[in-house]
Amino acid sequence: MPDAAAPLLSVENLKVHFAIRSGVFQRQVGEVKAVDGVSFSIGPGETLGLVGESGCGKSTTGLALMGLVKATDGHIAMQGAEDVTQMRSIPRSYRRRMQIIFQDPFSSLNPRQRVRDIIRAPLDIHGIGATEERRAEVAKLMSLVGLRPDQADNFPHQFSGGQRQRIGIARALALKPDIIVCDEPVSALDVSVQAQILNLLADLQKELGLSYLFISHDLGVVEHVSHRVAVMYLGKIVETGSKEAIFTKPLHPYSELLLRSAPAHDPRQRHKFSAVSDDIPSATRKPAGCAFHTRCPLATDICRQIEPRLERKADGHSVACHHR
Amino acid sequence: MRLSRRFRNISLILGMSIVLAIVICAVFAPYLSAHGIEQMDMRNRFSGPTLTHWLGTDNFGRDLWTRLIYGARVSLTIACISVTASALIGTTVGLAAGYFGGWTDLILMRITDIFLGFPAIVLALAIVAVLGPGIVNVAIAIIVVAWTEYARVVRATTLVLREQNYVQAARALGAHPVRILVKEILPNAIGPIIVLASLGFGTAIISESALSFLGFGLPPPAPTWGWTLAYGTRFMRDEPWLAIIAGATIMVTVLGFNLLGDGLRDVLDPRHLSRSAGKKK
Repeated sequence: MPDAAAPLLSVENLKVHFAIRSGVFQRQVGEVKAVDGVSFSIGPGETLGLVGESGCGKSTTGLALMGLVKATDGHIAMQGAEDVTQMRSIPRSYRRRMQIIFQDPFSSLNPRQRVRDIIRAPLDIHGIGATEERRAEVAKLMSLVGLRPDQADNFPHQFSGGQRQRIGIARALALKPDIIVCDEPVSALDVSVQAQILNLLADLQKELGLSYLFISHDLGVVEHVSHRVAVMYLGKIVETGSKEAIFTKPLHPYSELLLRSAPAHDPRQRHKFSAVSDDIPSATRKPAGCAFHTRCPLATDICRQIEPRLERKADGHSVACHHR
Repeated sequence: MRLSRRFRNISLILGMSIVLAIVICAVFAPYLSAHGIEQMDMRNRFSGPTLTHWLGTDNFGRDLWTRLIYGARVSLTIACISVTASALIGTTVGLAAGYFGGWTDLILMRITDIFLGFPAIVLALAIVAVLGPGIVNVAIAIIVVAWTEYARVVRATTLVLREQNYVQAARALGAHPVRILVKEILPNAIGPIIVLASLGFGTAIISESALSFLGFGLPPPAPTWGWTLAYGTRFMRDEPWLAIIAGATIMVTVLGFNLLGDGLRDVLDPRHLSRSAGKKK
């Protein structure tokens, strides 16, 4: 299983800042630090779950990895390849090794294209195989993700949400990537369909040795699929560790809050919410010191002044908190 | 049937019928008239509608019906050239401005604004005055103004479409921008372009008629509608039907294209599309 010694993908100190411009002269009046110094690595065949609430920068991290938004700073490197962040355009060899699955199964497929052409596009773009081989590959990919190859001439709107997500997965697999960024791949689906897609992703991982960066706000889903988990808050990773460590003994108060707010299966175990302020600061005006201090029950003076660093506590378990 | 219900739209049907009738007249003009456009029948000057001259004759005894159906050829040819060219230019500019954004967008849209800033007819007159009359030159005069509309509409559509996940997916695959624009964005932007083109035919015919009316179109003896109308106004007091029929022809033709455009807009409306797309399976 996961081999931390030789990461497939390593991300160091990744930053994505967006300028806020305003007025007649489009003067920069501020900055959204959507991703502010994120580091992690993913090993072969490993799933890293990236969790956090809306707007914490988890999706932006995924988009930056794909080169869909420009990284302001940092390093993104695939095993045995150069750092891509400073390149003007991302080489195709890198694109082949990393692909993405989107959240919305409706906007992720071009409504005017047949499924055949959607799944074939990666092969066309990268010039893989002759026409006949591409046709055969599309059929193979469709059966791989559980679609009937004879549906290849249909349009996306003739499929259900779950089927459409399968089409998106087939497209991502066409280039035989090593790693797939799953940007909330099941959040838009019905619960019964979610399980099917998650099982499909797990099967594909076993079969093809894929690695996943699994971005989600749904803790249940993340617990189900991940080997390791990273918790993000306002553009930073505040805790990272094995799935077991994070879910059984979380160290960061924010992770605790997240876990406590996940619904329990048993109504008798209904949570009593402690008096944590749910006033979420925005990424434009991040609090000084520890970004979480405005909501943290443990906050003291040091938290308001000094930003804690991500420090290793136990084996592979790191946390950014002054008090843990 | 989904298709037949979708096309059961009164303005679409009416517009299509008018347009079709005019196109047939233009194409089969020689078979629809026993007279030549320059053929004078001096015994029947100002004849008024008769069995031989369906819409009457002018002061030289030239058959008005014949002049109008041959005039349709001129109008439709110029409209075809100008609509095709302005749709091509405008769509290209709009796609580039909307997709690339930044400086490309800024520069292209400011150029568009400059063309929009001129009063259309004055600009067209100036261009014909410089280039001289002729079918292509009149078409150019119309194109110079007409492309801006396509550019603005296509840019706006592109701005929306480029944020769609399927465009992002294509970018993530490393697709060339031209491929993205042609394969992913253009097919989804084609609806508004078709509507604009159809309305553009009406506008082009008006512009061409206006230029001819003012004497800047094709020079006589070309049987342009604008000139026929202008010529007819000389006899407005005693023989008003000449001008009235010529004017009505222009009006009905433009109305036809506008109805067609409105009908297409209804039929191709994204909400309409999504309503039928919403019924899955």
